Amino acid sequence: MQAFTQISGLVAPLDRVNVDTDQIIPKQFLKTIKRTGLREGLFYDWRKQKDGSQDPAFFLNQPRFQGATILLTRDNFGCGSSREHAPWALLDQGFRCVIASSFADIFYNNCFQNGILPVVLKADEVLAMMKNVLATSGYQLTVDLGNQTVTTPDGTRSRFEIDPFRKDCLYRGLDAIGLTLQHEAAIAAYETRRKAEAPWLFTDLRHNLGRA
Amino acid sequence: MAAQTLFDKIWESHVVRAEPDGTTLLYIDRHLVHEVTSPQAFEGLKLSGRRPRRPGVTLAVPDHNVPTTDRTVGIADPLSAKQIQTLEENCRDFGITLFGMNDIRQGVVHVIGPEQGFTLPGTTIVCGDSHTSTHGAFGALAFGIGTSEVEHVLATQCLVQKQPKTMEVRVDGVLSNLCSAKDVILAIIGKIGTAGGTGYVIEYTGSAIRALSMEGRMTLCNMSIEGGARAGMVAPDEDTIAYIKGRPLAPKGELFEQAVQAWQQLKTDANATYDMTVTMRAEDIAPQVSWGTNPGMVTGVDQRVPDPRTITNENQRQATERALEYMGLIPNMPMIDIKIDTVFIGSCTNSRIEDLRLAANLAKGKRVATGVRAMVVPGSGLVKQQAEQEGLDRLFKEAGFEWREAGCSMCLAMNADVLQPGERCASTSNRNFEGRQGAGGRTHLVSPAMAVAAAVEGHFVDIRHWS
Repeated sequence: MQAFTQISGLVAPLDRVNVDTDQIIPKQFLKTIKRTGLREGLFYDWRKQKDGSQDPAFFLNQPRFQGATILLTRDNFGCGSSREHAPWALLDQGFRCVIASSFADIFYNNCFQNGILPVVLKADEVLAMMKNVLATSGYQLTVDLGNQTVTTPDGTRSRFEIDPFRKDCLYRGLDAIGLTLQHEAAIAAYETRRKAEAPWLFTDLRHNLGRA
Repeated sequence: MAAQTLFDKIWESHVVRAEPDGTTLLYIDRHLVHEVTSPQAFEGLKLSGRRPRRPGVTLAVPDHNVPTTDRTVGIADPLSAKQIQTLEENCRDFGITLFGMNDIRQGVVHVIGPEQGFTLPGTTIVCGDSHTSTHGAFGALAFGIGTSEVEHVLATQCLVQKQPKTMEVRVDGVLSNLCSAKDVILAIIGKIGTAGGTGYVIEYTGSAIRALSMEGRMTLCNMSIEGGARAGMVAPDEDTIAYIKGRPLAPKGELFEQAVQAWQQLKTDANATYDMTVTMRAEDIAPQVSWGTNPGMVTGVDQRVPDPRTITNENQRQATERALEYMGLIPNMPMIDIKIDTVFIGSCTNSRIEDLRLAANLAKGKRVATGVRAMVVPGSGLVKQQAEQEGLDRLFKEAGFEWREAGCSMCLAMNADVLQPGERCASTSNRNFEGRQGAGGRTHLVSPAMAVAAAVEGHFVDIRHWS
């Protein structure tokens, strides 16, 4: 996984609440067996007008937001389906950071698995930034994971909270599975103990069903 | 020992190790896998040369992409076919049990887990699917995960987690005639909102919950995620134990007796406390119909479409305006005046035998309204078989409903069952997001009983007074 330390980048605004993962990437793009190439599906329906043509009002279609690496949005971003295709599509589009006033749990978690930093700021901070992004061409933010800050062009600094373990994994780009496997002895010890307490959880279903 | 909630007990019994900051390595007992969220996980295993730690507690099934029409002709969409073929290959390569597309036991992943006795009280259950919360109906801690975590569980049988907060949702009293678990959960989400449960695990308590059948509890827990909670649960009781007994993957003989003793301890202690409690009266819950583009945008069928002009909160007003525009609804119109084009009875929320029994009996001797397309998609091959043995398929077909093969179908329209732009659907599924059932499609979430009545009348009716 790509590490995330600090980025300074162009900000793209998505001024909506409760953006669900069905909107971030609709179902027809979930038929892939790969993690890459999902940019085409990102906000697929919202990019289009009713007649099927590209909607020039949607931020992803506007030249001024091309090359954005930070997505600024509102409450409860990423609600609904657990599809990791949502962060994959954002990443494929070039987003490394999503700033919102709140996130849905599964999406928030999925970001960390993919080198994307989800930043929770206060609603009034997000609103102020949203206004400025829309009003200022080339609006950039600096997101510093080490210091847990977001800095605006005028030097205003907002601090964000993040779980220390998640921060460390993202900052160093660690392989989560590799980390867990370092605790192999603890896992094996747990299984031994648990098998004595709850042996019915250790029946192999392949035996019970008679065929695999 | 300090008083504990049901959640606390399950959590505590699954801690492999915990860091001082609370970061916990949590053991996973049961893993369900489907074709959409697993290919990249298996690919990851291959690339890193890792093997599944316990393939014997992992069960796979294709459900999202499968056709609900004649399967002997194969799958028309090459991408869908490829995804299902990839699941088959991965299961073969990694020694994982698969119920293939033509296996009678195939079905929606959250229907087959309980049906097979794979879902057990006190377990941790995960799947790369947000509706994994369904399995909480058995007093399990069950939640959806992303594909990277699917790989993590395959490789390690563990997940790294922080302990969530607990929320009690207490519903006491007696439900009105033909009001169901679906109406209860929609009313709860309407009350707490789509993000109300974020960061929490819900335990549903109270006499109205206790009175629900196991299948009703599954419907209830299924939609916990629509209220933002990754997991919802109901403490196991005699009904739970009776439901599990004798199922293919349930423990047998002495092991079963031993398990039952442990399951009987799985309840919240009398003086335990939750981080938050929400209460409702069952009598206050009318049959629910969603009017907007998330499951929190819902009201009683005896109410009217909301009027954004009366909403003072700016965010809420804008979201309501946008939703009404998408849904093509006029403020203040009575919910019963909303006319529908399509009816979908199915999904991991409402496709089990009790749902189909109730729906078929309401449809008996009636006709689907002219111009309305109505389909019934059973939750599994076994549910379909059972329904056919009971003659339910005949009742549906005589009333003008299509009777299909098992799968996720029009809940998310990854297969050929898709709404056309502007088409309006009364659906027993769980999500009314924009385009969920097809680009431009308009979804109204309802119970199976409400769906049948809407199919027959061509518009919503109050099922409590429907003859």
